[in-house]
Amino acid sequence: MNTMSSMSSTIASEAQAPEEKVMPVVDEKPEDTVLEEGVTVGKPFADDPKFKLRDVEVLYGDSPAIKKISLDIARNEVVAFIGPSGCGKSTFLRCLNRMNDSIDICRVKGQLMLDGQDIYDAKRDVVELRARVGMVFQKPNPFPKSIYDNVAYGPRIHGLANRKSELDDIVESSLRKAGLWNEVKDRLDAMATGMSGGQQQRLCIARTIAVSPEVVLMDEPCSALDPIATAKVEELIAELSESYTIVIVTHSMQQAARVSNRTAYFHLGHLVEVNETSKVFTTPEHELTESYISGRFG
Amino acid sequence: MQPLNLLLLTMLLAAVAYVLGYARSRTLAMPLGGVRHLKSLPGYYGVRAAIWCGVPALVILGLWAAFEGKMIQSIVVGTLPDTMIPDTAGEASLLMSKIGNVANGSLPPDFVEEPVAKAAELLQALQVQSKIYMTGLVLAVALLAGFLGWVRIRPLLNAREQVEAVLRWFFFACAGVAVLTTVGIVFSVVFETIRFFEQVPFFEFFFGTSWSPQLALRTDQVGSEGAFGMIPLFTGTLLISFIAMLIAAPVGLLSAIYLSEYANKSVRSIVKPLLEMLAGIPTVVYGFFAALTVAPFISDLASAIGVEASSQSALAAGLVMGIMIIPFVSSLSDDVINAVPQTLRDGSLALGATQSETMKKVIFPAALPGIMGGLLLAVSRAIGETMIVVMAAGLAANLTANPLETVTTVTVQIVTLLVGDQEFDSAKTLAAFALGAMLFISTLLLNVIALKIVRKYREQYD
Repeated sequence: MNTMSSMSSTIASEAQAPEEKVMPVVDEKPEDTVLEEGVTVGKPFADDPKFKLRDVEVLYGDSPAIKKISLDIARNEVVAFIGPSGCGKSTFLRCLNRMNDSIDICRVKGQLMLDGQDIYDAKRDVVELRARVGMVFQKPNPFPKSIYDNVAYGPRIHGLANRKSELDDIVESSLRKAGLWNEVKDRLDAMATGMSGGQQQRLCIARTIAVSPEVVLMDEPCSALDPIATAKVEELIAELSESYTIVIVTHSMQQAARVSNRTAYFHLGHLVEVNETSKVFTTPEHELTESYISGRFG
Repeated sequence: MQPLNLLLLTMLLAAVAYVLGYARSRTLAMPLGGVRHLKSLPGYYGVRAAIWCGVPALVILGLWAAFEGKMIQSIVVGTLPDTMIPDTAGEASLLMSKIGNVANGSLPPDFVEEPVAKAAELLQALQVQSKIYMTGLVLAVALLAGFLGWVRIRPLLNAREQVEAVLRWFFFACAGVAVLTTVGIVFSVVFETIRFFEQVPFFEFFFGTSWSPQLALRTDQVGSEGAFGMIPLFTGTLLISFIAMLIAAPVGLLSAIYLSEYANKSVRSIVKPLLEMLAGIPTVVYGFFAALTVAPFISDLASAIGVEASSQSALAAGLVMGIMIIPFVSSLSDDVINAVPQTLRDGSLALGATQSETMKKVIFPAALPGIMGGLLLAVSRAIGETMIVVMAAGLAANLTANPLETVTTVTVQIVTLLVGDQEFDSAKTLAAFALGAMLFISTLLLNVIALKIVRKYREQYD
């Protein structure tokens, strides 16, 4: 490790030129490093984990997208997945609530446990799993229905409310938790698709927490949002972290630094390093992590 | 020269003009330092020269060919003595064909009256002359205009803009052909319909409940009064279309849902083409399938359970028509369902919704406007369908809602009214046009409603 960049300077340099970097002249490109399968530095494991994931492999047809990853996700922690495009972080995230099921050629191997129960058990009820492990997507995807119906969708299909008033309460509290209630309380019947992008994404979060999940997966939830909307969603994540386990995939390292307790760095299907977020961004253990967060590739 | 040969020659000349124009623009460009010093690419100069050469010549050729016959005819008729000038259009065409037959040698000249023989000679001479003049004029215009277009190529000339302008008019003309054809069809139907209503009262046609369009040859004949009430025909059409939609809408829609949401790739790649093959079966094949297989089966089945069914039932025609329309509904619905973004499916599935809940509550409502549009298009297809009902539905105009009885439809009656030797000014044949007009209006209304529904829902779901 040569000059250790401090966390703030890393963020500053990344903010100046987030997309394209002038590559420093080095003999060996850091991303060409050969990684050993199943080896992760840092602290991938936790006591009493919510998710216990061991030797997880994902294949698209014959080409592996995830290579023997082992990781624990603790209760009520926020874990951020970072890494260059195509490194498998979204694929790995989608294993956690079996959203990969709809892709015919996708196969998942290894042991994936939620509260000690196998996620990929053939007898596993996917509906129940997804009710416990909710997901927020990259692009806001409200249903073409009213704001109210969007939030009420999950509670209705799971039969969470016996009376209209109960449903109203769930909708209100979900919208309040998502910080959206004051903005939409007078137009709950308006089409959700007419809202701004940031509002739509917060609505999608409200829709997800309306079914009272235990875990919320977020796949780059702010990548389609402007900075102000992003700030609001990040605030929301911080508040939600008190009651939910959150796994967030992000391309923005500042975002990972701001919202997460632990950060996992993925590289070409390998899980390279997992550590406390502050440690990853100040004193990364692996040279690939260091190269990535200091912007040498990615 | 024959017009067709002349057309080919003119096009050849235009091609030559293209090459020459292209070459000249390059020659002009070289001293300036290359093609980039021209206002447009050499190809545009070539096309411009070809347009100059070809378009005016082809316009003249087209006009000449269109009006040649009429002009010659009026000259020839003008030479005839007054006693022979025809009074009616029928006589005139008879006379002209007589003259024409003499002129082309299929009738010996001494076989007809002397003025006609003379007129035939004149006709022949005029036709030969006309060909010569036409050839000369067209070629002269092509060469002269082509030369002008070629000579006036300058580096600063913006050939691109001119070519684009001409192309715009050309595309406009192509669009115009479609519109004008529609207008032409509408007018021809409307005029005949007006003539029909001169003979049959308006009220009787629209509200009459009996249809028997025969006209008496003698006044004392049995059933000498023709009846022209369209109600039984339209109820027949609606009954059969309704039965057809009863089959096609659920089967088509549900198979579209299966194919787009549930079927895996390999099943889909086999089933979808097979389903679409139904659309490729000629309607006449469906027709005899309905008449020879389905109709007897239905009447056997009905008699087995003790109900009386006619051998040509509305049910048979409707069932087979429904099968015919299935691919129509399913492929339109399939497209619409596939167009619903995957993110909506993911959003619903991630909330723990099952596949069918996702389908029912998210995808179907989002796809509904397109599906409605597809269904209404299928209905207008069913209403206009002819061959199946001609073969399977029968000819008796019964006013009934019983699908086991024989009914007839608007299209069937149009066919029977116009098939065979008919006089074109009797109420019987004119009725076909009136029915056609009604059919046209009803499918037009359906399409307008379909558009309205689609638009209304689109506002909600976008």
